[in-house]
Amino acid sequence: MSGRVPMLEAASVTKTFVVGSRFRSGGIQHVQALSDVSLKVFAGETLGLVGESGCGKSTLGRCLLRLYDLNGGRITFKGRDISGLGQRELRPLRADMQMVFQDPYASLNPRRRVGDLIAEPLRVHGRRRESEVQDRLRELMDLVNLSPEFLTRFPHEFSGGQRQRIGIARAIALAPSLIVADEPVSALDVSVQAQIVNLFMDLQDKLGLTYVFIAHDLSVVRQIATRTAVMYLGGIVELGETDRVLHRPAHPYTAALISAVPEPDPQGNIRARTILRGEPPSPTNPPPGCRFHTRCPIAQERCRVEVPLLRPLEDAHSVACHFPLDGPNLPNGAAPGHA
Amino acid sequence: MSDSVIDTPTPADLSGGGMGEPGEAMAAARTRATEGPWRAGLRKLMRDRTAMGAVVVLILIILACVAAPWYAQHVSQSDPFQSNLDGQITIGKNTLDIMQADTGGLGLGVTPIGPTWRGQYFLGADDQGRDVMARMLYGGRNSLIISFASTVICLVLAALVGTVAGFLGGWVDTILARLLDVLWAFPIYLLAISLSIVLISKGLQIGPINIPSNSLLIPIAIIGVVYVPYVARPIRGQVLSLARSDFVLAARCLGVPSSRILFRDILPNVTTTIIVFAPLMMALNMLTESALSFLSIGVQPPSASWGTIIQDGEDLLYTQPMVAIAPGLAIIVTVLALNFLGDGVRDAFDPRAKLRVGKG
Repeated sequence: MSGRVPMLEAASVTKTFVVGSRFRSGGIQHVQALSDVSLKVFAGETLGLVGESGCGKSTLGRCLLRLYDLNGGRITFKGRDISGLGQRELRPLRADMQMVFQDPYASLNPRRRVGDLIAEPLRVHGRRRESEVQDRLRELMDLVNLSPEFLTRFPHEFSGGQRQRIGIARAIALAPSLIVADEPVSALDVSVQAQIVNLFMDLQDKLGLTYVFIAHDLSVVRQIATRTAVMYLGGIVELGETDRVLHRPAHPYTAALISAVPEPDPQGNIRARTILRGEPPSPTNPPPGCRFHTRCPIAQERCRVEVPLLRPLEDAHSVACHFPLDGPNLPNGAAPGHA
Repeated sequence: MSDSVIDTPTPADLSGGGMGEPGEAMAAARTRATEGPWRAGLRKLMRDRTAMGAVVVLILIILACVAAPWYAQHVSQSDPFQSNLDGQITIGKNTLDIMQADTGGLGLGVTPIGPTWRGQYFLGADDQGRDVMARMLYGGRNSLIISFASTVICLVLAALVGTVAGFLGGWVDTILARLLDVLWAFPIYLLAISLSIVLISKGLQIGPINIPSNSLLIPIAIIGVVYVPYVARPIRGQVLSLARSDFVLAARCLGVPSSRILFRDILPNVTTTIIVFAPLMMALNMLTESALSFLSIGVQPPSASWGTIIQDGEDLLYTQPMVAIAPGLAIIVTVLALNFLGDGVRDAFDPRAKLRVGKG
């Protein structure tokens, strides 16, 4: 991995949201949604982003596409620094980087027909003749396995899975190379989830897409992601090959996440589980030192003071922890679930 | 370039075509296309009996008011703007004075003739000896014109202010929202009365435009403006939430320019709100107009409106109450019909009202 040039690179990205008002009690508060996040996405791979709600994974996804302005750091897409570009300058780049949204209901304008929704990027970018647009529309419907008859209908006539296919068709309309999928299956039924994940994988094969796939469901990430980044409270705590991260987690938070996945086990063998106590701390007032120390089962004095940096272990696996776990032999009973 | 032709926004939507000018294959599929939200809403409205009844009532009232000159000439056979203190009418074999000498009291004054329930002086005469029915029809014209025009002004201004504030945000929003708050802080009638008194006593001169003090434009403008905050605030709120919705973010992500997002994604969703507001605002404006006219600071004599006729009837309340009752009833019926229509329109077009439609 190290030799290749990444398609997308985020370097020390920081994003702060301002909440509250000067005129209300509590005043202005700053929410650190992302602090010092760095990652690389290589062409053709799928990078999984996992973490619990509120950890900043969606914010990171939106920052990567520059839907949000950054407060610090740099984002490079195909060798070009896009972190300083205005929305107008970004517009031509949009053809090459797209997003699939979590909520298939909210992300489609209820007052426009499916054909109009999918054709929107085609009509905005470049000047296509209407016959070309219509040809492309049928091609896209075919790619996402929807009947072209649906083009004249309205979004409310479709199921969640079908709507998500419409959203995907719209995202791939301009043949982008990068797609950020923001929890695209978490709003769907489990049976439909599998179909949509398969559709994502099919499209990757057919169109050579690169994905940043955001999820909170580890089984989805295991299925689709080549590499996985685990996020906690606005920072990446672990990053590496999916198999490696999920089977030999080095960060106690990853281990806890894995052990929280229910496992079908008719024998009823009780696994050693790491139960995290408490809630994640508020990002308006993150704890000093390691952000996980308040809930970490193996936290030491050093963790309360010193911020751990993301540092490489072997095999392109990196972790932000002072006391990384070592594969199956974990200290202090922090068992990762399965060896 | 063909872009602008492809999907013309609302007219196509209203006709149910939606896609505007699709290719041949699409035209084939269009026969199976389902109806758009506009068409579905309109169909739902047509099935609403209360609303349709209200529409029939409103159409009858409008037709009657349109026919006012014909009525004055052929039925009442009098000039409703000319006082007629010495006139007489013949009913059957009797010839009666329009202004009849008082029989009771000191016998000094005169009382206008009461309802004859015939063509001439159907509802009697007012204190100038004018045919009240004919004046009602002419007054209805003014009342309807003022309430309709002020509704249009109010909705256009509110849509403009609300959309600009909500969509642009930032300091533009802050300034506009505070301005609306200032306007909101005034009691409606106090504001309308103060404006009326100033404008009606002086008329209005803006550069080359000179609006005389008896022009209908003055009450139209005043009533149109005072209600702007009541409509603009909800529209601003809706635009704010739409501007943050996923589908607008999706459009930004697709590289759609802001102007196109505004016209394709935001305004069509706001239009529903505006349409729902229209009949309700018109009812409110009609009441406001009547109130101002009753206070002599709306429509100026010799023109009439339902409000001024009520005022004419005020002095005759004990002797000829019909002069005040008739225009009062006209206002009540019209306002009720507008409100029923408004309820129907809301049920039919407002997606949030869907839950309540089931029982009907």
